[in-house]
Amino acid sequence: MNALAKIITKNVRKFFGDVKALDGVTITIEEGSFVVLLGPSGCGKTTLMRCISGLEELTDGEIYFDDKEISKLQPKDRNVAMVFQSYAVWPHMKVRENIAYPLKLKKFSKEDIEQKVIWAADLLNISELLNRYPSQLSGGQRQRVAVARAIVHRPEVLLMDEPLSNLDALLRVKMRSELKKLHEQLKVTTIYVTHDQVEAMTMGDKIAVMNSGRIIQYGTPEEIYKKPATAFVAGFIGSPQMNFFRCDVVEENGQQYAKSEHIKLKMPTRINNRSVIVGIRPENILLEKPKDQDSISLEASVYFTERLMPETILHLDIGNEGRITVKTPNDLALPEGKTIEVFVPTELLHFFDTETEERIL
Amino acid sequence: MKIIYPLLFILIACFFLGPMFLAFVASITPASEFYDYTRIFPSKLTFEHINKLLFTLGGLKALIVSIEVALISIGISFALGIPAGYAIARYTFRGKDGIKLAMLFTRSLPLIVVAVSLVTVYMRLNLTDTALGVALAHAAMILPFVVIFTSSIFSSTFIEYEEAGMVFGLTRFGAFLRISLPLALPGLAASAIYGFIMSWNETFAASILSIQNRTLPAHILATAMASPDYFKYAMATVMAIPALIFIFIIRKYLISIWGISLK
Repeated sequence: MNALAKIITKNVRKFFGDVKALDGVTITIEEGSFVVLLGPSGCGKTTLMRCISGLEELTDGEIYFDDKEISKLQPKDRNVAMVFQSYAVWPHMKVRENIAYPLKLKKFSKEDIEQKVIWAADLLNISELLNRYPSQLSGGQRQRVAVARAIVHRPEVLLMDEPLSNLDALLRVKMRSELKKLHEQLKVTTIYVTHDQVEAMTMGDKIAVMNSGRIIQYGTPEEIYKKPATAFVAGFIGSPQMNFFRCDVVEENGQQYAKSEHIKLKMPTRINNRSVIVGIRPENILLEKPKDQDSISLEASVYFTERLMPETILHLDIGNEGRITVKTPNDLALPEGKTIEVFVPTELLHFFDTETEERIL
Repeated sequence: MKIIYPLLFILIACFFLGPMFLAFVASITPASEFYDYTRIFPSKLTFEHINKLLFTLGGLKALIVSIEVALISIGISFALGIPAGYAIARYTFRGKDGIKLAMLFTRSLPLIVVAVSLVTVYMRLNLTDTALGVALAHAAMILPFVVIFTSSIFSSTFIEYEEAGMVFGLTRFGAFLRISLPLALPGLAASAIYGFIMSWNETFAASILSIQNRTLPAHILATAMASPDYFKYAMATVMAIPALIFIFIIRKYLISIWGISLK
């Protein structure tokens, strides 16, 4: 009854007229896993989901659920379920009918339907809303109805298209953990589309970061945070954004350095590039010299401080190098214009190719 | 401002409703008091004129023909217009804007011009003086409106409702039938009534295309000249009341079918 599907897409391409929405997406999503498609708007993440659901036809490529090719099937024959961004809870049906409808279409018996509707409603805490119309519900309640409707027939694949983006911030945090718990209970293979990196990091077993119709990196949240495959991924994941410096690679006394006007870093290994992009996350820059790791120091003047309580985000000017952001866990009130010294631990640096923006080290 | 607006509304309402009210009063004034200039309001009211118009002068028969014609023309224009309106709302295809524009252009061709040439065609097809013949002409008049109305109705119902239907087990057509159509129903009912009124009020084509089986306005046009004035007012009342009732029922949808939102 509760079959799980492994989803495999092979070189999926999708054009809308001349506009390329998907440019050869190949990805394998393990059965029972929770995979987040993450990327800026227009990156193709929703299109990829819609191709998997069958709402969009592929221009090219194949999609498999387990060994079965489903690229040519109608959505109704794919045994998928979807939670839409606008919820798409049918307004002319009561909550009970909304949840029961997928079962009715799949020709379940009356008793079966009744039983499953109660099960799904219980699971999402909407039992007391079953006899209401969607217009009588709040956004959060409608969301729950949409999820209940999506899981009630135990689909092989559950697709969620930015389901939390229309909820207020507090409810979003609450639903985040609830959806994750729900997945742990049901274990249905889930694809979750979002542009919110916090959602991606907290919910995904794996994250597929997308940009301009392609998957740039596919890995666990930790891998994506610690070893971003490109400068784009590095800049997209993490808040505030990673600091980047363009440096030339110079050689002094047999040792390679990445060097710009104010920065001079020892390269950990030899590389063949003549220039590199050096990246350092704001939270990795320290205000005190670390004792147990190598670091370089930079002189910077305070441009602006954001006191978020308790952490503080400092915007600092480094000569002509531009501005960097530093995130400290403590509350800190520094006067603007004050010159301070910051420390960059060398082992937490990221190096990217200046041409391809791909990770070197 | 607080006084000017209500005053203005009352003035405009009087301008439109005044003649209607007077016609209505005249239609239920006894013949003996009708030409008495000393009174504005009659001493007693009578439905004699309306009764006579309907039952003695063939008004009821014409009224039934009118309803018949209106229903057939709505049937035809809906059968063709709903799919067309849906297609315009949901799909992008070549010449879509041209088609929408052409729909509006049909209004620039007076129906009377079409009606004259229709008579010759109808004679060959044996359609003259039939309800179907008049209904076909009316359907041609109503159809562009149905297409424009329904396309605006369907584009205001979320496409995601249909997509949800398709994901959860419906075919594309099933999703249209089970999801979009029920959601569009109030709007569709409103356009049906709007079409009904268009057909109900249409006089020229109906007069030209029929002789014996005339619709109510055509019948009135043919007989009014020879009737006493109070009969003319009775006719006006009989014509106006159904239209008024329908407009009253659909007034809030009239706004929505023109694609304007008051939210």
